[in-house]
Amino acid sequence: MTHFSGPGSEAGDPTGPERTSVLTLRGALKTFGPVVALADGTIDLAAGEIHALVGENGAGKSTLVKILAGVHQPDAGEFLVAGQAVSFRNVADSKAAGISVIYQEPTLFPDLTVAENIFIGRQPKSRFGLISRVEMRRRAKELFDQLGVPIDPDRVAEGLSIADQQIIEIAKAISLDARVLVMDEPTAALSGVEVDRLFAVARRLRDAGSGILFISHRFDEVFGLCDRITVMRDGTYIATHETGSTSVEAIVREMVGRDIDALFPKSETEAGDVVLRVRGLTRPGVFHDIDFEVRAGEIVALSGLVGAGRTEVARAVFGIDRYEQGTVEMAGRPLRRKDPRAAIDAGIGFVPEDRRKQGLVMDLSVERNAALTLRHSLARFGIISARAEREAAETWGKRLQVKAGSPEHAVSTLSGGNQQKVVLAKWLATDPKLLIVDEPTRGIDVGTKAEVHRLISELAGRGIAILMISSELPEVLGMADRVLVMREGRITARLDRAEATAETVMHAATASLESSR
Amino acid sequence: MSLDSKSAVPAHPTPEHSRPSAFASFLRLRELPVILALVVLVAVTAALNPLFLGEQGIKDLLLNATILMILAVGQTLVIITRNIDLSVGSILGLVAFGTGSIFVAAPNLPIIAVFVVGMLFGAVLGALNGLLITIAKVPALVITLGTLYIFRGINNAWAGGTQYFAGDRPEAFGNLSVDTILGFPVITLIAVVVVAIVAVYMLGTRPGRDLYAIGSDPDAARLFGIPVTRRVLLAFVVNGLLAGLAGVLYASRFNSVGATTGSGLELDVVAAAVVGGVAIFGGSGTVVGAAIGALLLTTITSALTALRVDKFWQQAIVGILILAAVVIDRIASVRSARKLRIAEARNV
Repeated sequence: MTHFSGPGSEAGDPTGPERTSVLTLRGALKTFGPVVALADGTIDLAAGEIHALVGENGAGKSTLVKILAGVHQPDAGEFLVAGQAVSFRNVADSKAAGISVIYQEPTLFPDLTVAENIFIGRQPKSRFGLISRVEMRRRAKELFDQLGVPIDPDRVAEGLSIADQQIIEIAKAISLDARVLVMDEPTAALSGVEVDRLFAVARRLRDAGSGILFISHRFDEVFGLCDRITVMRDGTYIATHETGSTSVEAIVREMVGRDIDALFPKSETEAGDVVLRVRGLTRPGVFHDIDFEVRAGEIVALSGLVGAGRTEVARAVFGIDRYEQGTVEMAGRPLRRKDPRAAIDAGIGFVPEDRRKQGLVMDLSVERNAALTLRHSLARFGIISARAEREAAETWGKRLQVKAGSPEHAVSTLSGGNQQKVVLAKWLATDPKLLIVDEPTRGIDVGTKAEVHRLISELAGRGIAILMISSELPEVLGMADRVLVMREGRITARLDRAEATAETVMHAATASLESSR
Repeated sequence: MSLDSKSAVPAHPTPEHSRPSAFASFLRLRELPVILALVVLVAVTAALNPLFLGEQGIKDLLLNATILMILAVGQTLVIITRNIDLSVGSILGLVAFGTGSIFVAAPNLPIIAVFVVGMLFGAVLGALNGLLITIAKVPALVITLGTLYIFRGINNAWAGGTQYFAGDRPEAFGNLSVDTILGFPVITLIAVVVVAIVAVYMLGTRPGRDLYAIGSDPDAARLFGIPVTRRVLLAFVVNGLLAGLAGVLYASRFNSVGATTGSGLELDVVAAAVVGGVAIFGGSGTVVGAAIGALLLTTITSALTALRVDKFWQQAIVGILILAAVVIDRIASVRSARKLRIAEARNV
């Protein structure tokens, strides 16, 4: 997989390869009112290369991508596509120039078929000037064959996995003859196999001469896949390196402007009394006989592959989903099934995986989100005062260093990392005994990741029991006191901090998958 | 998975997979429940009262459904874009009264000109709705609730106590609702042509498909570069145009037009679309389904009358049908989602 071929293989050539630039952005400026989102957006993308763009939260990557996509128009700067100066008025202009953007969360139309999603707005027509579904299906199938991915072009997009949705976006880009493919954190929600598949596709496109801009927070991917790396910080271009002549440490230093000495600042704490005890939790077909406990001050990681049933267990514990058998006890007292209110009252906080959909009310302000779980304690005579709400929000916002223009701004305007902090603030304000965090650092950059880790560790240090679901092995190994590994709805391994290694965890997570092959 | 499948996939082109059988796709039709309901209803009623399916009976059924059908087709365009137009009853009323007035003022005007004027009038009112919604970015529900009252108010002020009767209009105009071609009333044939044209537009043209995309995910549609504003505006204009056509046909079909003509119709129209399988939050459904939904609703009324069932029950049954349509749709989507999940699990 790490073998490079095609024009991109010259990337590591120290004599300096000949590159033809397909896209150049220099000194792009973008402001929103008083906020400077991008001070110096600079990127030089060549044909036949995969180019990584890395930077912390709020470094301006998303703004840069949106300029390339034609969503935002830069206030100043130079923008060339294939040597020609361009200025996009809208998304259609950008597409016409051969730029395709694949967002972290693909935006397909759930009600339309896969084929139609690929060809919307430019469906092939028959002799009579009407859309030819046969032709559309044939071309879609051809694209999927070319990509080596079996997806039924006739099914509706609703219910497709994120990995398949991204493949559809890529198929669309290919059908558009895109010279530039921008992938904004495409791997954030993918499992290992899916990542390999995506990378194989990306390499094939590169070898066919496309320029690919790849945005990721995962350094193993950046270094394994990309030919060059451009670093941004605080809305400003820092540097571009040949991948072969730099290191993770050097890149991280440039990203944060300082050295991160402890990515996983786990403090040793003495585990206290059992806070959460789960016995025989079963929901047929989803999870079976789940037994575990979490003690005060302890971080227990629930590890495993995506789809192993980890989130489902957490949701059942918190009372969102049903379960058929088993019991959940908080501090020795049984918890009612399917009653999140009771779970909150018993002192459980839940930070969900999909913060956009489940953790935050995106259109409400930061302060109202932060105070959402607090409504009972903030209310006086059943009425919540705006002042009490703001005070609660400010206390926690400050503590977590949420970067918001104002607590009154809608949460949807914040970056991913800051949104995650608001979710944490929301639950911390309730003073929980147990905090369930599901993929706490998904889609968050290195600097904020460390901050979130420090926070979680600090919370454990204060005696809060933490149940952490994570697909990132380093996070699991670095943070957890104990690791529970799930596979196909069952716990297949219980490992101490000392026993837990990448090998033991991965083995327990995948053993049966391998044996079934 | 991964790359091995690359060579495997093109090697086994499965024809039955790439082209589902006609019967299988018929079974998956969203319109299937409403078609079945219609067939059962007609069969049962005809069995109990043979006159129901006599020549006159069928003609009455079709005549009664015609106007609601045209309105439902227009409404479907709007609902598919995740909007709604509650003002159609008022638009129909204004145009119907306008039609009556025109014939009084200019009795010799060609009938076709009256149709054109009525449809243009409707289109202007629809454009007004569309502009308010797309420019002010206020939900369609609110805007069209407002224009429902405004248009009705204008109609009241204009008509006052005046009513125009069939006698005020040329006989040829009224005959549109009496004459038949091959047993079908002329105005019903007009409705069928409208359904066919709009159905082809929605299924077979890019702007038509854009409407589905917009209703499916408006934000994504914008990101894709689909001209959302223009398309939504178009949907409202066409809906107004069709409401105008329905208004003219109303004046042909019914004896009197006045200040209250068409009031309350908007809910029947939305009901017809929903019963016909149009998703109220947009993105899916067809105009054919909505037209059949309209036919079903009006047929129920006729059937229950033929069976001498109390009026109260008629409305309750329409209500039950709406709920049934929604429940069936929900069950279907849950089931297909489960099926997809299982299929995916097998792939892993």
